[in-house]
Amino acid sequence: MGGFDFSNHTRNAALMAAGMPAPKATSTGTTIVGCLFDGGVVIAADTRATSGPIVADKNCEKLHYISPQIWCAGAGTAADTEFTTAITSSNLELHSLSTGRKPRVVTCMTMLKQHLFKYQGHIGAYLVVAGCDPTGSHLYTVHAHGSTDRLPYVTMGSGSLAAMSVFETQWKKGIDRDGAVKLCSDAILAGIFNDLGSGSNCDVCVITPDKATLMRNYITPNVRVPKELNYKFAKGTTAVLQEKIIKKDELRRYITVTEVDAKGETTLTTDVMQVDA
Amino acid sequence: MASQYMLPHVQQPPSFHSTASQPRQHQWSPYTENGGVILGIAGKDYVIIAGDTRSSEGYSINTRTARKIFDVGSGIVLGVVGMSADGEELARKVARRIDDYKRNHDKHITVNAAAVMLSRILYAKRFFPYYCQPLLGGLDEDGVGAIYTYDYVGSFEREASRAFGAAASLITPFLDNQINLKNQFVPGTNGDEPRKPGDLPMDRVEKIVKDAFTSAVERHIEVGDGLQLVRVTRPPPREAMEDEEEVDEREKTAGGGVLTEVMSELKKD
Repeated sequence: MGGFDFSNHTRNAALMAAGMPAPKATSTGTTIVGCLFDGGVVIAADTRATSGPIVADKNCEKLHYISPQIWCAGAGTAADTEFTTAITSSNLELHSLSTGRKPRVVTCMTMLKQHLFKYQGHIGAYLVVAGCDPTGSHLYTVHAHGSTDRLPYVTMGSGSLAAMSVFETQWKKGIDRDGAVKLCSDAILAGIFNDLGSGSNCDVCVITPDKATLMRNYITPNVRVPKELNYKFAKGTTAVLQEKIIKKDELRRYITVTEVDAKGETTLTTDVMQVDA
Repeated sequence: MASQYMLPHVQQPPSFHSTASQPRQHQWSPYTENGGVILGIAGKDYVIIAGDTRSSEGYSINTRTARKIFDVGSGIVLGVVGMSADGEELARKVARRIDDYKRNHDKHITVNAAAVMLSRILYAKRFFPYYCQPLLGGLDEDGVGAIYTYDYVGSFEREASRAFGAAASLITPFLDNQINLKNQFVPGTNGDEPRKPGDLPMDRVEKIVKDAFTSAVERHIEVGDGLQLVRVTRPPPREAMEDEEEVDEREKTAGGGVLTEVMSELKKD
């Protein structure tokens, strides 16, 4: 049977009642956006993942693959966005195989919202779903509690207000592809610089009826300056407590050696590894 | 947008009937945390105090140009992190008291006397403390660099190096290793002789300070925007100065040291 394992719930509730703090999840305090244009849809995201005030990942991927023509940007608890999009991607593929049709964005959005509503907000995934299908180009937001919106331009995450300020001042009806990419990346940059939960680089994905183009690190406005000094330690800075030299021909006692010839073809000369006697 | 405010448990509609008869607890929260980090290093004949210039609240930036290091007069500098309003007020108070001392005694206060004075100022507010961590720097009577570090109710200590604020936990181990040379041995002694700290030239320390900040910016969301670096150094010998104005400048600042400030950029994301 699939689903979540709740067997630790009672124990954890008792531990928390006794004063043990709950472990902290990595959250993608994030800026994610999306924008429809004539002939397709664009989504974009920043690349900072945080754990409290600490930057956990400076260049994470928040743009998730659902199907060849449907992509999803995720904010909220990192693991939840990762797994909900993965399971929906899988179920949508099976659905597409059984119906013999290309997957639709509404279907994807409905599967996501029903999954999230079932868990009453405990799955902290906040998503922007975008894609092209036989019925056209679509853009949705899905909140962790299961509510959804269908709009021409959307923002989510802690940087959503900064990003939305860009859309509300610059968006025009009938925007073209390049305009939409520029607008989305500018909205992400507003989040990167004005929201502390967002930072580093800007990822963009453009989806049209014939293909989806992921532009990883489309803008990198936060390259680190070179360090002033070099922190290599002089040899001998640390004491050597124990020394043991293993000769090359003795190596097979500890590891499995695979010979690789010049052509890159492997010929297995297996000596099974022996645990040190 | 999803209407969160429509959920009944998120926001209660105001009730006009029950409140009058029932007791209501009011609360007031006078403190805020404005992030940022400061760092002080004392050398043989200099002191360096540096801080970033970001002031934030939650996920928002209030300003990118807030100074956390203050010239409090008589060649003494004060760095403060925590709640910026309290930090600024504390710096004003210390500067005023140092000026009073000069007028009353017709001489500059020494750093160690100023250090004791700051401790008294902080303890005077024992039950409504200034919500900040101060770091006092200057040259002592022998012209040696001194850093005094405090907790917010006045406990203090003279130290060689110290980081305070949001990213202090990131910078402290780096300082332990690079300034106090912790966990380092003299090569060739095979762990018998630890490397002795002290005697680092000022230009090397400045580079260590810059690297500490650029690294903190990479991994802490509340650190960034700009770097304010203040040096306290010995004034040039008197005979070297013939210019009247320069002599005045020295009189104005010098308890024992001359202050110079360098501003530079840090990443803004």
